[in-house]
Amino acid sequence: MNATLRQFRDFFVSLRLTVVLLALSIVLIFAATIAQVDIGVLGVQQRYFRTFFVLWKIGEVPVPVFPGGYFLGGLLFCNLIAAHLYRFKMTWRKTGIFLTHLGLILLLVGELLSGLLQDDSNMRLEEGETKNYSESYQYYELAITDTTSPDYDDVVVIPEKLLAKGDVIQHPKLPFRVVPKAYFTNVDLQRRTDAPNAPPSPATTGFGPNFIATPAPFDYKPDALNVPAAYIELAGAEGPIGTWLTTYLPPQFMTLPPQTFSYGGRSWKIALRPERSYKPFAVTLLKFSHDIYPGTDIPKNFSSRVKITTPDGRDDREVLIYMNNPLRYAGLTFFQASFDPNNDKATILQVVRNPGWRLPYVACVMMAVGLLVQFGIHLIGFFRKRRATAVPA
Amino acid sequence: MKKFLPLLTLVLALGYVGAVLVPPHNTGAFDLVGFGRLPVLVNGRIKPLDTVARTSLLIMQGRQAVSDPTLPEPMVASPTEWLADVLFAPAKADDYPTFRVSSAQSPELVELMGLTEEQTKISYKDASARVMAVADFLPRTRTRFSFNQLAPKLAELDKQYQLAEPVDAAKRTPFQREVLHLHESLVLYQRLQHSLVPPGEDGFLADLLNFQKQLPQGIDALRAKQENRPHDEALEKQMIEIGNQFMTLDRYAYVRAVPPAPDAKDQTAWSTTGAALLEAYGTGQVDPTALVYAALAQTWRQHQPEQFNHLVEESRKQLEKRFASQLAKSDFETKFNAAEPFYRSTVLYAFAFFVAIFSWLKWPDVLGRCAFYLVLVAFLTATAGIATRMWLEGRPPVTNLYSSALFVGWGAAGLCLILEQIYRNGIGSAAAGVVGFLTLLIAHHLSLSGDTLEMMRAVLDTNLWLATHVVIVVSGYAATFLSGFLALIYIFRGLFTRSLDKATADTLARMVYGIVCFATLCSLIGTILGGIWADQSWGRFWGWDPKENGALIIVIWNAIILHARWGGMVKQRGLMCLAVFGNIVTSWSWFGVNMLGIGLHSYGFMDEAFAWLVAFVVSQLAIIGLANLPLEKWRSFKAVVPRAAAPVAVR
Repeated sequence: MNATLRQFRDFFVSLRLTVVLLALSIVLIFAATIAQVDIGVLGVQQRYFRTFFVLWKIGEVPVPVFPGGYFLGGLLFCNLIAAHLYRFKMTWRKTGIFLTHLGLILLLVGELLSGLLQDDSNMRLEEGETKNYSESYQYYELAITDTTSPDYDDVVVIPEKLLAKGDVIQHPKLPFRVVPKAYFTNVDLQRRTDAPNAPPSPATTGFGPNFIATPAPFDYKPDALNVPAAYIELAGAEGPIGTWLTTYLPPQFMTLPPQTFSYGGRSWKIALRPERSYKPFAVTLLKFSHDIYPGTDIPKNFSSRVKITTPDGRDDREVLIYMNNPLRYAGLTFFQASFDPNNDKATILQVVRNPGWRLPYVACVMMAVGLLVQFGIHLIGFFRKRRATAVPA
Repeated sequence: MKKFLPLLTLVLALGYVGAVLVPPHNTGAFDLVGFGRLPVLVNGRIKPLDTVARTSLLIMQGRQAVSDPTLPEPMVASPTEWLADVLFAPAKADDYPTFRVSSAQSPELVELMGLTEEQTKISYKDASARVMAVADFLPRTRTRFSFNQLAPKLAELDKQYQLAEPVDAAKRTPFQREVLHLHESLVLYQRLQHSLVPPGEDGFLADLLNFQKQLPQGIDALRAKQENRPHDEALEKQMIEIGNQFMTLDRYAYVRAVPPAPDAKDQTAWSTTGAALLEAYGTGQVDPTALVYAALAQTWRQHQPEQFNHLVEESRKQLEKRFASQLAKSDFETKFNAAEPFYRSTVLYAFAFFVAIFSWLKWPDVLGRCAFYLVLVAFLTATAGIATRMWLEGRPPVTNLYSSALFVGWGAAGLCLILEQIYRNGIGSAAAGVVGFLTLLIAHHLSLSGDTLEMMRAVLDTNLWLATHVVIVVSGYAATFLSGFLALIYIFRGLFTRSLDKATADTLARMVYGIVCFATLCSLIGTILGGIWADQSWGRFWGWDPKENGALIIVIWNAIILHARWGGMVKQRGLMCLAVFGNIVTSWSWFGVNMLGIGLHSYGFMDEAFAWLVAFVVSQLAIIGLANLPLEKWRSFKAVVPRAAAPVAVR
């Protein structure tokens, strides 16, 4: 083996590298924890952990200032595997260490998988309501619905990404072009009657002219309310039909009137809404219970009794979902996440798809057993030695 | 004599702790002990009035005694007596100095409340006390004031409160924080006064009896008025007036003293006396519990102890029929309050620490044994205290920050007892003494925010995970702290004394290593279990939440220590420095993350603690700096290190 290659190998298998990487990860985690005050958990996940480098903007140029989570995690992973392959000896004394590190590898893989594959959304249901879709926490979509037929709706949805890009969209199902004039991730909504001197709205029709939407910075705080808004112009072959202000507020805050119009002899509806993901089954909320301790506002428990039905009738069952007792169904997990403070008949379920959810459980058992074996061997050795030295004394 | 010293220490320590088993007794003619044991519902938990009195005083003024620095005796014999005055004789209570307004914390607040120098200055009558005050052994300014002293400026306080309240908790100035605290204390005080009977209504019992007599006609009159029929207008007006009084009581009452009716659906829903009295309009019956409290108020004010005691006894008998198990708990809680096991444990830990340190200088065997016994008794006392809390709450040991402090001290002391049993060198006892003392001191300061037996929010309400994840993680904190304090002992003994010989140094290194292994095990398993709990309740195993990050940093730090040692990157001294840095890491995870005021499971904001945290971190860094002094400066090693002896120098 030539010297460079050996150096390379020694670098990757060294314990020194392990210690340096671990120390760097402490710095990263600490900095990320502090940064959460300003940019929230989601911001931190994106900018510190699910990235190769932590970037700081100096002027307008992003400069990498510190290795990110993928970088450190990846190197640690290589270090771990390399060290074990290099030093691997199957002896009883090493089983503990081996098992612990195997568990750690599994944990890291599990985290990577859920980072890449996990999908969170929520489902708000009022008692008696049935839904076959869940809604995204983060992303929105523009839905243009042809409501002419009394029997069905014909919907075209445009993801928020395209709205932000601003390119003109032409779709075979729409007899008009969709021209996104402006898209904001967060606005302050105000009634025009409250600020009569404000400049005229870019919107020409719908409720838009009655509102003022002032762009605001996106708020990363965990309980912050961000109100997305888009000005959308629709234009037919003969010219513009109108410009709408589309926006979305969670129902517990305010329900905006639907915006409808007629064009080409058909009836249409335009709305901005949380991105939906449809399920091959429907969930009905039968009963939501929410208790507090008497004389306080401390919640004691929440639970939702729901019914799951599939169109083919294969499944039709009732389930009780409550704190720490989620429903796992069709690769999804339904959690009792929250409630609507203004409506005691509404539940908010969190819907999670995470194919790797079992890995941490396995990893936990492996690492626990591994450490117990390892430290157990140490402890027995220690007592044996003491007994041996104590006898002659 | 010397031979019997350990035994004597054990007997004395047991006697000191055993003294608390003597039940509390009344100092006057009134059965205040019995009164203090009456159960009420506050913040969702049934607790004795004794607890209400103690926690209210702690919130308002940071201590349980009601006293004036110029008076030789406290102004009331017990917190319960103070509460009885607040509930039944508000005019008297308004003169007790029970509100903390300290110029040390916020001189602006003293100014705002219009407290003149005459009011704040303490003038001792006794000449020796005056000398003591000049020498700063006695306080020179008052820090506690009565409601009457503060009353003239309540409107100003309210204005400042309105300004301070909307400000983000993390961004408030000391003045704003003190304004909020005083405002909350005053609200609590006034709510206490409205808890059982309307304050200042001396004839309330007579009013109620009269109300009871006229109730049938009164209800008729009210009904007639509703249906626009002719009725007794004076009676109708009287009914409305007293009803308004009941409504005020119901709106402001702090405690819920009336048990639910035997046929009520929710047997945990106790109600206020006001709400119970309002029921009379529907049922035609005046609630007996409300009547009893009105009678208690009258007998208290008119100083009729026999009647008072009889009423206490009777209402207890009534409650005994339906709430025997709740009464058993609230009786025990009263005893627990009076026994103050954690206070006694704190004292014993402090003694143990000094005795253990002294044992390194003189009589190592005898004094070492004494220290061990002191730690043992302190540990058993704390164990009894924690066990009582668990029984009262029906929960695993750690449910909030306060109980985590208790548990960290308990776990560390337990490990120390094992170490001491193995090594018998006083090190375990000294470490137990200092960690036990400090954690109980922290716990005491955390208890100033109110009742430490809180109801659990729904998210956290699972005994399985509280019993596993939380307990294991907190054990990890305890072990990491313990390894850090053992390292401190190594550094101090090595640097400043000649007592750290090679054998002791090696033993300490082995102890630190063993405890770090234990800490790694606990913090790793605890952290992963936390992830699994999060997966069970929120659907994500790991979310980079501050509390999770804090726990993870501890795991990584312990892993660093182990790998650095296995890889030969550090020797003995390096190991000690890393272990001391573990103190910083753990204190950050335990308290620092709570100060960020964000995250799904942060316990609450504590701004004053922040300064202490910074001081602690700086002190630990300074000690690490000291430990890196060259070995010639270490008193223990000076003699050993031969000049230019390289191999020893790397230890």
